[in-house]
Amino acid sequence: MIFASLFETAWHALVTHRMRSFLTMLGMMIGVAAVILMLAIGQGAQTMVRDSIKSMGSNLFIIMSGATTTGGARVAGGMAPTLTFDDADAIRELDHIVAAAPVSPGTVQLIYGGVNWNTSVFGTTPDYAVVRDWAMESGGFFSEADVRSGARVVVIGAVVARELFGEEDPIGKIIRIRQAPFEVIGVLAAKGQSLDGRDQDDTVIVPISSAQQKIFSSSLRNRARMIMAQAVTEKRMDAAESAINELLRNRHRIGVGQEDDFTVRNLTAIAEAAASTTRIMSLLLGAIAAISLVVGGIGIMNIMLVSVTERTREIGIRMAIGARRRDVLWQFLIEALTLSLIGCAIGLALGIGGAVLVESLAGLPVAVTPASVLMAVGVSFLIGVFFGFYPARRAASLDPIEALRSQ
Amino acid sequence: MAEAGKPLIEVVNLEKDYPTGAGVFKALRGVSLSIAAGEFVAIMGASGSGKSTFMNLLGCLDRPTRGSYHLDGRDVSRLSSDQLAALRNREIGFVFQGFNLLSKLTALDNVALPLMYAGMGRMARRKQAQATLDRVGLGERSHHTPLQLSGGQQQRVAIARALASRPRIIFADEPTGNLDSETSRQVMDFFSQLNRDEGITLVLVTHEADIAAYARRRIRFQDGRVVEDVAQVEAAA
Repeated sequence: MIFASLFETAWHALVTHRMRSFLTMLGMMIGVAAVILMLAIGQGAQTMVRDSIKSMGSNLFIIMSGATTTGGARVAGGMAPTLTFDDADAIRELDHIVAAAPVSPGTVQLIYGGVNWNTSVFGTTPDYAVVRDWAMESGGFFSEADVRSGARVVVIGAVVARELFGEEDPIGKIIRIRQAPFEVIGVLAAKGQSLDGRDQDDTVIVPISSAQQKIFSSSLRNRARMIMAQAVTEKRMDAAESAINELLRNRHRIGVGQEDDFTVRNLTAIAEAAASTTRIMSLLLGAIAAISLVVGGIGIMNIMLVSVTERTREIGIRMAIGARRRDVLWQFLIEALTLSLIGCAIGLALGIGGAVLVESLAGLPVAVTPASVLMAVGVSFLIGVFFGFYPARRAASLDPIEALRSQ
Repeated sequence: MAEAGKPLIEVVNLEKDYPTGAGVFKALRGVSLSIAAGEFVAIMGASGSGKSTFMNLLGCLDRPTRGSYHLDGRDVSRLSSDQLAALRNREIGFVFQGFNLLSKLTALDNVALPLMYAGMGRMARRKQAQATLDRVGLGERSHHTPLQLSGGQQQRVAIARALASRPRIIFADEPTGNLDSETSRQVMDFFSQLNRDEGITLVLVTHEADIAAYARRRIRFQDGRVVEDVAQVEAAA
């Protein structure tokens, strides 16, 4: 009962000093808006990273030809790839491995009718679809038989399908790759951007044998720039990695102390590193925003202290007519809390509005989660209590006679 | 009501010291007196005589340094600050020289304020506050703020606030100090009427003899001691 009255009293005091109340809340509003916006952007970035990691395929290894150098795994110009198709087959036979596909990448120009399109091409085996968890939009992937016979068939990405065929159904159509005709037998489901920002759907995939005969016109028979392999489970990634290392060192006859001529990259580990980087980034953003929340709280405390000093006489009058110390304490605490919670509510609206604006204007993905909203409200409440308590206690501990005497 | 023979207010050897830069200032140096229920007492004295200190002690706003104070048989010096607040809220009403109304609140809300601290619900206290304002003749002005009222009207709102929780004692500290003589007369007549018709005990602090003349007992303070305590015939103002 008395709480309802105290709330009414607090509300009355805030409404009578509208401008001051607004300015006091401003810090809180900006703080909450900043926290909500930063967490939303951070969450959005995390989701984006997680999605693009998922689109790479799960439990994935990429084994590159060539030794590890500081600049990453690279093969010196003109040097032949060290990995062979047989390496890929041997890796597939390992206990921890589900599938392994040799991959020869390149770039080509495609021609269909009057349309030209430059894109990336991958020569590989049917295992590629397995390791990349890549579903078909229509048609099918090529088979082992197609690889053995060097069939001129091609599976195209969603972007290529759109650019070359538009509304047309690509299946069964013939496109020319480096003058050689290839029949489109499948369209891949869209995957979106990869971690490094490339469009994964802007690609075509052909049997690795056909690629080496007709596209790369290389003499590198049975050799591949890289092998992609998928482990059975995430838990067995480490075991799989050492098994691959051991196997390839044996097959390539690399003695103890000699440098590997291949590099195994554990994509899950890389992905985790990327994910934790974005997580730390968003935590950092949130922390910086949280500082502005604290500054907002200090603003509330300052104004409440001024208010207590200004209203000393009022406090004396209230005490004289029977307000207990705790009634005065609650009056000022509720005022501070009301300020911070209203500030929080407006800040929430601003932050969510800002997040929507960022999403539509800057095209960044944002995610306002219930957890971040709850956190902002909870922190504002705590800040209201924390920074409201000191001024309120000061008010409550005033001597009624002194307070009555003040002007 | 106090038991027959037992005074409502009884102080024995009341002393109050104030620490100052140059040692201790003895505001009260041993005051003993009692006031029965229904009395109308004027406390007089020059400024610095200790009369305000005495009233603050009687009004439970302050505690004595030494000596005892019994209000209605209860030893006030043993009460907690919450209990003192409750006493001020229910048993005591204050009327000040400067009215001491909250300027942002309406007359009605000012009068309802002690009832809020008594824990009364919003509707009930507004009703009771309105009735009290009617009694002091300001029922029509209940939604005016103090600044929209004259000095005399403000003091009547303050009296209504003192009366709202139906106290047994009203302490008035120079209640006419800020009023012209005509308004002063009206306020004092109202006090006399409250004392006479409702038996409310009135303790009035003043330095004006003609105001003190309304009371039936006059106590004069000088240098922290009572130097005069006499009965007087109520002035037929």
